[in-house]
Amino acid sequence: MMSRTIATKRGTNVRVFEAGSGAPLVFLHGAGGLLAENPFLDRLAERYHIFAPELPGYGESTGDTLLEDMLDFALHGWDVIAALGLTKPHLMGHSMGGMIAAEMACIAPNDLAKLVLVASAGLWIPEYPIPDIFSFLPHEFAHYLFVDRAQGEALLTGGLDLSNPEALSQFYIANSRRLSMASKILFPIPNRRLSKRLYRLMAPTLIIWGRQDRLIPPVYAERFRALIPHAELLFIDQAAHMVPYEQPIEFVAAVSHFLG
Amino acid sequence: MKFTWFNLMPWPYLPDDFREKYRSVWVDIPNTLYDPKKGHYVYHEYMDQLEYAESLGYDGIGCNEHHQNGYGLMPSPNIIAAGLARRTSKAAIAVIGNSIALYNPPIRVAEEFAMLDVISGGRLLAGFPVGTSMDTNYCYGQIPGLTRDKYAEAHELIMRAWQSDEPFAFDGKYTQLRYVNIWPKPIQRPHPPIYIPGGGSIETWDFCVEHDYNYSYLSFTGYLRAKKLLDGYWERVAKYGKDESPYRAAFAQTICVAETDQEAEKLYAEHVSYFYNRCLHIYGGFADAPGYRTIKTLQANILNALSTDVQKLFPTLTWKQLLDDGYVIAGSPETVRQRMEELIKGLRVGHVFCLIHVGNMPDWKTRYSTKLFAEKVMPHLRNMWPEWKDDNRWWCKPMDERLRPEEGVEKARQDGRIPL
Repeated sequence: MMSRTIATKRGTNVRVFEAGSGAPLVFLHGAGGLLAENPFLDRLAERYHIFAPELPGYGESTGDTLLEDMLDFALHGWDVIAALGLTKPHLMGHSMGGMIAAEMACIAPNDLAKLVLVASAGLWIPEYPIPDIFSFLPHEFAHYLFVDRAQGEALLTGGLDLSNPEALSQFYIANSRRLSMASKILFPIPNRRLSKRLYRLMAPTLIIWGRQDRLIPPVYAERFRALIPHAELLFIDQAAHMVPYEQPIEFVAAVSHFLG
Repeated sequence: MKFTWFNLMPWPYLPDDFREKYRSVWVDIPNTLYDPKKGHYVYHEYMDQLEYAESLGYDGIGCNEHHQNGYGLMPSPNIIAAGLARRTSKAAIAVIGNSIALYNPPIRVAEEFAMLDVISGGRLLAGFPVGTSMDTNYCYGQIPGLTRDKYAEAHELIMRAWQSDEPFAFDGKYTQLRYVNIWPKPIQRPHPPIYIPGGGSIETWDFCVEHDYNYSYLSFTGYLRAKKLLDGYWERVAKYGKDESPYRAAFAQTICVAETDQEAEKLYAEHVSYFYNRCLHIYGGFADAPGYRTIKTLQANILNALSTDVQKLFPTLTWKQLLDDGYVIAGSPETVRQRMEELIKGLRVGHVFCLIHVGNMPDWKTRYSTKLFAEKVMPHLRNMWPEWKDDNRWWCKPMDERLRPEEGVEKARQDGRIPL
């Protein structure tokens, strides 16, 4: 994928990965950021014009300190879309990105085409507490995020050799920078009262969830479905929280079918 | 030199298999391990020891704030300090300190510290820690990426509240108040001496130097490992063109004194082992929330003293290694004096926080060690900074004519107000 850096009116500098042509589809990544390889985006680019911006604090995007709370994050999302010159794009968000996309859609319900929420954060059910990603040790992530833990570890590190102290240190610093940013809307409880605002959603909405999601368990998919009565819900089997990475073919087929 | 006797107030009844059975002494330690009735005795024993330290001539007595923590039983150090303020009359009351980002609104700290300063007659040393990640983020839910920003705002509010003679409005990002007008205000003007306990964030150095606050380095890994950090701090002091008064810095050190080196090992080794193996058994996932340290600090590659890697060392450390590596200064008065001189000169500190009660040390050993240090070590270390002997900028300035608890009844009797 090609990338370029755009400036938003607020003053953040955002690296945006871009590919394909067709209807614009903006993808918002989760708390871990985009991985080194994102095959589901490459596939979607065969039918859509994909834009995958990195949040400030992630990759090469800067301006972290300009974003402090949920409203900042949501408005930043629209600022990026404005800077890209897009009108009524499809919005798709994964995990934390789903939380941001849903907030964006609640704030400006007429400004998007369709919404796809993938294993989205943003709700909290006391009986089903979401594990605390901010206290995970590095080796614990894969267990919660992937059905196949070994595959997950390889994807998360992007082939980086973590036995090399220099590489480990760089990974640690980058991870700290990413999660520091994520902490502003996810810590200590990943709930900024999105449920109060979901009634405003008008865009056709698809909720996609990995049936084996151990981080945000499937009961949350049902809760999103209950709060967005017009939404469709699709579970994908043999997938956990990283469903777009774990089952890219089925995932892309479902998204393409929904977006048309 | 100023010596402050500090009690961390550890829970002394952690089971022998604590390390194997539980993942952390902090944050999610099962509270079934706490027994409030035993706790009653523990608090009184520890507070009695602090009062005892005053009677032996320690300059200050100290307490600090931790939450959900098996080695620090003071979620509210101000409650302990209030007790001490009533029952002591000479020593500085060092509250090191209140984690100001945790109080809502933070003027609560301005008020309670003012109360302590007034009750103690101007003996308060006021500490403003950012707080450990365990306390601040995991126990008290502050967002790691915003903790330092919130801290900075709380600091600004408290200092203005103490120094302003008129009500003012405060429009902060985290706190908005229409009428800031604290009542009471502290005796010490313009404010009590400020101590900033640091665990190794380099931003803290500049903050201390800019405001002329004391930088207190609190670690449990001893004075030899602290050298790199204190050197970094003194470089910043020089860079700002400030004087090099050793009273700009404090260091906390575990100290065990006996008649001989052998006796020290025999008396204290088990308690030191309890401290390092049970009290510092902290789950790695709680040690450093992402965003708690700035990228600048991470890039400076200063190892978190309680990181999993450092903790792995603790069970393997022998008494000899603990001493050789300076984690603990222990031995005869002469041995301890020599090591303390190395510490004081090496780190260039004018204040030492003496950690003499260690882990599950019983009362009698604590008092034995405390007394030996006061009588046989402290006098030899008093004048290590003769050129700075009149520098009291970082020490409390009590009222001359203050009430002393033990004099209350006697004075009333003298005044003829008591018939007998």
